[in-house]
Amino acid sequence: MQHYNMNLTLKVWRQKNAADKGHFETYPVKNISSEMSFLEMIDVLNEQLIKEGKEPIAFDHDCREGICGMCSMYINGRPHGPWQHNTTCQLHMRAYQDGDTIVVEPWRANAFPVVKDLMVDRSAFDRIIQAGGYISVNTGNAVDANATPIEKDKADDAFAAAACIGCGACVAACKNSSAMLFVGAKVSHLALLPQGSPERKSRAVNMVAQMDKEGFGACTNTGACEAVCPKGISIENIARLNREYMMAGLTEDK
Amino acid sequence: MKWSELFTSSVGKKWIMGLTGIFLVLFLIVHVGLNACIFAMDGGVMFNKAAHFMGSNAVPRILEIGLFAGILLHIVQGWSLELSNRAARKKGYAIPMGNKGSKWYSRSMGLLGTLLFLFLVMHIAHFWVPSRITGLDPVLIDGKEFHNLYGEMLQLFQGNLLVVILYVLGCFALAWHLLHGFQSAFRTLGLTNNRYLILVEGAGALFSILVPLVFALMPISMYMGWIK
Ligand code: HEM
Ligand code: SF4
Ligand code: FES
Repeated sequence: MQHYNMNLTLKVWRQKNAADKGHFETYPVKNISSEMSFLEMIDVLNEQLIKEGKEPIAFDHDCREGICGMCSMYINGRPHGPWQHNTTCQLHMRAYQDGDTIVVEPWRANAFPVVKDLMVDRSAFDRIIQAGGYISVNTGNAVDANATPIEKDKADDAFAAAACIGCGACVAACKNSSAMLFVGAKVSHLALLPQGSPERKSRAVNMVAQMDKEGFGACTNTGACEAVCPKGISIENIARLNREYMMAGLTEDK
Repeated sequence: MKWSELFTSSVGKKWIMGLTGIFLVLFLIVHVGLNACIFAMDGGVMFNKAAHFMGSNAVPRILEIGLFAGILLHIVQGWSLELSNRAARKKGYAIPMGNKGSKWYSRSMGLLGTLLFLFLVMHIAHFWVPSRITGLDPVLIDGKEFHNLYGEMLQLFQGNLLVVILYVLGCFALAWHLLHGFQSAFRTLGLTNNRYLILVEGAGALFSILVPLVFALMPISMYMGWIK
């Protein structure tokens, strides 16, 4: 595609700290290359702010290659911006035209409080994982890949669920701020594998209990989560979580 | 896990919604089937007999108690979920996501349910109250006395445009509630997989359009004088 430069207007959420009320600030940005990533464009704006003696915009990022799940921007009414199966860091400026106005907000959910500007605290996800998103055996050295034979379809589904990078876009998109796609993915990828099965009941029950405690909403199956998920996590994982939870609830010993 | 968690956790609450929702769907099959007897063009004979059976036989009367309990549970749980789900995001977005990724009616189950609730209050006052409590005029069929529920329907809908419009609007609310609710209930109960999904979604769409359509035709046919 033809390379081009553009001038944009950015409206960015600025908030000093968790207690601050916050507000939108409008910034013109000039000479942005269509080959830049969205975060590089924010870097350019931040350089400009620093030169002007202003506070740069705080935002989360780490890998900048779509695998860590740190970047989190709600861009023009959609988490991670306009592209399908894509993270903010992998959004490129060729998605925009000269003269566009772009509104950038943080993830919004009580369970993800704003730390500063576009950064939110997603440690609620860590606590959900700590409640059961693991297997408690000492694994020692990695065993041979094919030591435990696993049906191809199951392995594929487990792998697809394990692709979740914990970014929280599903929560940001959901009208209920529900974390069911995330928890569904985490419960599924272990429930589908033999290594995960001894703890599958307590895992489903404990992770859902923690999810509720963190203040995420319930699931209405609207599908907004699946539509914005950068890793294409299927909403089928939510149905599987519902199934796992109820089987556990009805058959657990205690 | 405590038993109570089946009623207090988010997933447990949704199971209650799904189970009562499917129960109400089953009820609708019975309801639309019985009421379709008015299309027999026999001056309401078949319909009055069917209604008499439902009113006098013990089994439907016991099921009726279950129906009221089920619908109450569905409504209370639905509103409770709607409120807690709304409260999970105190500060909203400047630019809402809107229809990017979800259908408006899937995000409006609380609103559509509330409209259905208002419709049900009116509907119960129109038919259930006179037939079970305040009494209906009798009509002679084959020398036996029956409640003339058919006559009550004709009287309500003939020449009463406002009521007919309210009933048709009720059918629209039902159609949209079910268009999302039918397949959603199967997902909530964990009863979908790739093989069944097409079946569930197909049956759901068919049911959600057909049943409200047949219901809507009842007041319309009486108003238009297609059935007398
Ligand atoms: C004949 C009447 C009704 C039928 C057949 C029906 C059916 C259903 C079904 C099948 C669902 C999907 C359940 C799920 O996703 O697990 C549902 C959800 C729902 N219903 Fe109803 N319903 C009826 C009346 C009502 C009424 C009167 C209300 C009043 C408030 C209501 C409120 C809701 C709400 C709020 C939900 C969504 C819950 C959620 O996903 O968060 N419904 N309904
Ligand atoms: S399910 Fe998708 S959107 Fe949700 S946290 Fe995982 S990768 Fe992000
Ligand atoms: S910065 Fe790692 S996924 Fe975007």
